[in-house]
Amino acid sequence: MSLLDIFKRRASAPVARERLQVLLAYERNNRNQPDLVAVLREEIMAVIAKHVQVNPDDVRVTMDRGKTTSTLEIDIHIPNADTKAAPAL
Amino acid sequence: MGKVVVVTSGKGGVGKTTSTAALGAVLAQTGKKVVLIDFDVGLRNLDLVMGAERRVVFDLVNVTQGVAKLSQALIRDKRLETLFLLPASQTRDKDALTEEGVAAVVAKLREKFDYVICDSPAGIERGAQLAMRFADEAVIVTNPEVSSVRDSDRIIGLLDSKTLKAEQGESIAKHVLVTRYDAARAARGEMLSIDDILEILSVPLLGIIPENQGVLRASNVGSPVTLNEPTNAAARAYADAARRLEGEDVPMVLPTEKKGLLNRLLGRRVA
Repeated sequence: MSLLDIFKRRASAPVARERLQVLLAYERNNRNQPDLVAVLREEIMAVIAKHVQVNPDDVRVTMDRGKTTSTLEIDIHIPNADTKAAPAL
Repeated sequence: MGKVVVVTSGKGGVGKTTSTAALGAVLAQTGKKVVLIDFDVGLRNLDLVMGAERRVVFDLVNVTQGVAKLSQALIRDKRLETLFLLPASQTRDKDALTEEGVAAVVAKLREKFDYVICDSPAGIERGAQLAMRFADEAVIVTNPEVSSVRDSDRIIGLLDSKTLKAEQGESIAKHVLVTRYDAARAARGEMLSIDDILEILSVPLLGIIPENQGVLRASNVGSPVTLNEPTNAAARAYADAARRLEGEDVPMVLPTEKKGLLNRLLGRRVA
């Protein structure tokens, strides 16, 4: 173990403090709101189910939060008409 | 009218039950009438920590369901005349407790005792919410560790929204009790410091309980640490915390290691 390793290990408390501050600032903001991704997922599913038959497991909704913008990614796997009879629109 | 205090944390294993027993015993020693309620239905342990596990006949659920009278379920401590315990039930039915039932029991106890101390189960579910529901004050037990601090923050959010006081537009008095604190490690930057924790949680400090071997010894023999080893550092810190809960202005002493250099070197090698 080098001297640098020892030094690095000692400075772990400030890391803990900063991680907590960032995380809790975010969690406090979202505390009283319903889980956005879950709500979106449910509503998107309802819309799609009106027109196409999809397996709930084939719908993936993910939110990637960045510093200035966030990305909402919706990934839906729809079975082809020839493999499964999809109801007409 | 007595004061209802919930001892809570979110995270498990941080010292809620130990702190409930230790604070309750100190308050009872000063002549206050104290009752400790174990809310951890299904996983009761306050009886064991208090050394009363073989004296449990009826429990909190029996009382709320009208199976037993309150006086039949209360266990008087063998060491302190004014200290009582209302044990939790070992039933696996999580919904055995109702809000109305708890409300009635707490209201009755509040009339007879100076302190009703509610030992909350871990988590943020029903049991934890019932334990805090009728509290006037909350002691949030926190270890200087990221997951514990995060969960404490979550519990503070619940205290500010789900308690009866909060719903009535009043605010519940909150205090942080830092347990298992190692001042030497914090000084070396290896552990979150008291200032870090207080800044993150922004709740006033009730006390700092140092990491201490006497705490385990006390629970081994079923006695609150404040009775078992009153002069030990953790016990003294609990005694100070209890006085602050009483509203006294007790200066906060940071529990520091009093070891000399040689002892420290030797101690290190052994560890």
